[in-house]
Amino acid sequence: MITLTQVLALSGLLFAISVAGVFLNRKNIILLLMCIELMLLAVNFNFVAFSRFLGNIDGQVFVFFILTVAAAEAAIGLAILVVLFRERRSINVEDLDTLKG
Amino acid sequence: MFATILFYVFGTVLIGAALGVVLARNPVHSALLLVLCFFDSAVIWLLLDAEFLAITLVLVYVGAVMVLFLFVVMMLDVNIEELRRGLASYWPLAVAVAGFVIFAMINVIVLRKLGGAALADATSVALPASNTRALGTVLFTRYAYPAQLAAAVLLVASVAAIVLTLRSRKGRKHLDVAAQVAVRPQDRLRMIKMPGEKRT
Repeated sequence: MITLTQVLALSGLLFAISVAGVFLNRKNIILLLMCIELMLLAVNFNFVAFSRFLGNIDGQVFVFFILTVAAAEAAIGLAILVVLFRERRSINVEDLDTLKG
Repeated sequence: MFATILFYVFGTVLIGAALGVVLARNPVHSALLLVLCFFDSAVIWLLLDAEFLAITLVLVYVGAVMVLFLFVVMMLDVNIEELRRGLASYWPLAVAVAGFVIFAMINVIVLRKLGGAALADATSVALPASNTRALGTVLFTRYAYPAQLAAAVLLVASVAAIVLTLRSRKGRKHLDVAAQVAVRPQDRLRMIKMPGEKRT
């Protein structure tokens, strides 16, 4: 029998790995987007687990919406990435300093 | 028991694949390992009785989003070695942050027992037999308005993605239909007066 603690531990581990990935790949925007997808997956794990162990389907509806927004985010993010590469011939985060923020 | 063994097997593969996504040298390998991550997650969600979401994860993520990722990774001609230079110095920071996150999770899950033993000991509450039917019933009644909003988000996203990447070529021989339709005879035909030629 799977317990709630096991699923939450798995999701926490996944989230920690993806946070470390953001630091380790902080120059490559594509990998940053992939790490964000992994983080969203870890969050969805929590929702599914709580939905299962509290007997409440609302968590799964929320996961559905998160999947929708994540798909939209990936589509727009990759479109911006393609336009950026066309303009700059680079996807290095350090080259994106036009705004001088 | 069998479910627990499956959970551990697929959980181990999931963590390994996630580490591979983060550490792989080649972005194509990262994308493919992320596909493996999504497949593993779908299996674990099946074990957690979320069948509809598991299939949705495979269809939407593996079928659409990751194909998009792979397409972009292969389309962009990126010098990977240059991008990876100087990242070794971030190892301690990454390990520290990940360790902190894991510590916080352990603190919540194990030490504080999720704010009470009742939730931690909860084994399972019976959900409706048909996961898809239950989800659809809730989605199209109580969450009908958010579902419409989600549809609007998807529409805006697809339009935005097309508009962002649309490139109008110079010197295209296309016709302006509106200008063609708006043409009047007076614009095209000019009556001029000229003296007739004398017959000799």
